[in-house]
Amino acid sequence: MKEYLRFLKRCFRLSFIGDRRYIAWMTFLSIVALLGLNAYAKQLVFGLATTGLTDQVSWGLYIANFTFLVGMAAAAVMLVIPVYIYRNKELHDLVIFGELLAVASIIMCLMFVVVDMGRVDRMHHMLLRFNFPISMLTWDVIVLNVYLVLNLHICGYLIYCAYMHRTPSKMFYIPFVFMAILWAVSIHTVTAFLYVGLGGRPFWNSAIIAPRFLASAFAAGPAFLILTMVALDRFTAYIVPEKAFLTLRNIVTVAMTINMFLLGCEVFTEFYTDSAHSASARYLFLGLNGYHGLVPWIWSAIAMNAVALTILYLPMTRRRGFMSVACVLLIVGIWIEKGMGLIVPAFIPTPLGEMVEYSPTLNETLVSLGIWAFGLLVYTIFIRITVPVLSGRLAVDRLYLRDAVADLPWSAARLSETKENEGSAS
Amino acid sequence: MTEDTKPEFAEVTHERSFSRRGFLRNGLSVVGAMTACVGALSPLRELDGDDIPSVEKFLQRHYKEMNGTEMASALERIRREVKKRWDIDPVVRDVRAKDGVEFVYALNLSRCIGCRKCVHACVEENNQSRSPEIQYIRVLEMPRGTTDIEKGNHHYDRPTVPDDDHFYMPIQCHQCADAPCVKVCPVEATWTEKDGITVIDYDWCIGCRYCEAACPYWARRFNYTKPEIPAADINPEMSYLSNRPREKGVMEKCTFCLHRTREGKMPACLEVCPTGARKFGNVLDPDSEVSQILKNKRVFVLKEEVGTLPRFFYYFDERYPRTEGGLDGEGETK
Repeated sequence: MKEYLRFLKRCFRLSFIGDRRYIAWMTFLSIVALLGLNAYAKQLVFGLATTGLTDQVSWGLYIANFTFLVGMAAAAVMLVIPVYIYRNKELHDLVIFGELLAVASIIMCLMFVVVDMGRVDRMHHMLLRFNFPISMLTWDVIVLNVYLVLNLHICGYLIYCAYMHRTPSKMFYIPFVFMAILWAVSIHTVTAFLYVGLGGRPFWNSAIIAPRFLASAFAAGPAFLILTMVALDRFTAYIVPEKAFLTLRNIVTVAMTINMFLLGCEVFTEFYTDSAHSASARYLFLGLNGYHGLVPWIWSAIAMNAVALTILYLPMTRRRGFMSVACVLLIVGIWIEKGMGLIVPAFIPTPLGEMVEYSPTLNETLVSLGIWAFGLLVYTIFIRITVPVLSGRLAVDRLYLRDAVADLPWSAARLSETKENEGSAS
Repeated sequence: MTEDTKPEFAEVTHERSFSRRGFLRNGLSVVGAMTACVGALSPLRELDGDDIPSVEKFLQRHYKEMNGTEMASALERIRREVKKRWDIDPVVRDVRAKDGVEFVYALNLSRCIGCRKCVHACVEENNQSRSPEIQYIRVLEMPRGTTDIEKGNHHYDRPTVPDDDHFYMPIQCHQCADAPCVKVCPVEATWTEKDGITVIDYDWCIGCRYCEAACPYWARRFNYTKPEIPAADINPEMSYLSNRPREKGVMEKCTFCLHRTREGKMPACLEVCPTGARKFGNVLDPDSEVSQILKNKRVFVLKEEVGTLPRFFYYFDERYPRTEGGLDGEGETK
């Protein structure tokens, strides 16, 4: 226990140590997070009127981000399957990065839900009267929190074992790993059902939403992991096996192909029958009654996804640069599609046929950026700790914290300063 | 922790904290970070007293769990708050549903002239926010020949109504028997009472707006900011589940004016209607006007396909023989 507290203390200190790029990145994220906090404080004072939301479009940027991030949390599980089911040992370490991404994503998810609430001061009402199992939102609260705990346990345990030079006891994590696989599917399905279950919103009330949600999630999450791996490979001493990239690329390619196919199915159903129920889809893709707010968004999303998929199919993605470009395009494309493309159009037109468009306000955007910055901050710290632990530089028998950073380029600059300080102190 | 590792690690800590430059820099960073945090949170100074719940309010239980004394003190608290904010002594009661009553609304589309008097009477009766104005009733101006509400005009603005080429369709909460809003609420802050009225405990709602997304009739409204009502416009006859003033960040909706109707009066929207298009009553009483209408008129519900079983019915007067066509026939008489 004492040793564990010391581990946490060392982790805490380590998160403040790094080279100039690291410090600059962390400072930047902190500033954006604080701007977001400031914007949220304003929202608390003036209410959700500080957002672009109305009675007509009552969910917007926050819920869109929430939905997208539930998808990102899938990244972990897509790595877990090859490692534990197909026993692909080379990717073992990467699972941890995936699960850490899941943790950071779920933290962001929960924050986005909280900022969307009108009365945060009554959060405890969830504990006192929980409308389970009738309300899908209660299911979502359960699955998200359990998924968070599962992933925290798995990677916390593995990292701490590595730190202590212990061989992880399979009993303590393998069952949870398999549970996490099922759970990752459940968080998407439940979140999709949140929308699908509403009979009054024909745009959502379609069986294809859940599978499409899974497909796009299994593309966006691993794509984000690829970007993380590229960054790790480039900025730290950690060497990512080439095989990891190829496995991830294959996952992204297959998932994205399925996603595009399902998109085609959806578009056909909505437009060929041309029933009154396709009003929202019509608004999204073509514009309706002179309102076109989302049309440029969705077409740029589709274009980005198509370009990304084409690049992924070409052999040139063996080169990191092309792969990164494809991943960025894909993530942005899916973000638009899951956010602006899935949440907002369901409200336009309203159930009574009124056309009211939605665009986020500056304050709302700042809150969202703040949460993203906070999430990235958390993820960066996780990686900052995990990399030296996995490479054996930070361990229980390494006495000096600076050992943990010695071989890492990102901390070289800071290390020399520390030496200077030591010199002047003695 | 083993004995030999401890001192060495401690030494590292010392080394760092005794370095003056390091100490100064760390100190400055901490102070800077804290200042930034406080600065970021500074808008919170403007938080209203009402925004921070008192201990009493924080501990207040769900409507269905409160006993007599707890309800009495909740009502007293609401009285105090109204007195403090508007300097008015309201009558705040908890008007309960009666047995053997199920309320139903019927609206005669042949009679409605689209004057929107009901919209405004509702706002005055139910203490809705005036700025921004929250309205529970939306009147659609419909072209003849369709009941597809997507063809309706929400914002018609004519010097005189009715317009001969249109009919008018007021829409408010349909008090569904299988209400999707009730199903989705994560904290049971909204439920259907035994007399068929769907209500909200404004002190329990967490403001997630899931019910608003679920409602197929767009009947729910959210307080995006603190509701503003001039003192002169406050209706002092209040009840816990209906027209007491709401706070920022909670949902509200039409309650069939339960503080009136549960005591034998008619809803405000019905009383003000100049044409008698609105009919309201107890459907369990076979002699009531609404029972007669449901039995004898050609009645329909809006969006029957969503299957929420509304207690709000529409009908047309049968001015022409059935052979000349029902709803469509109306359009061809011009």
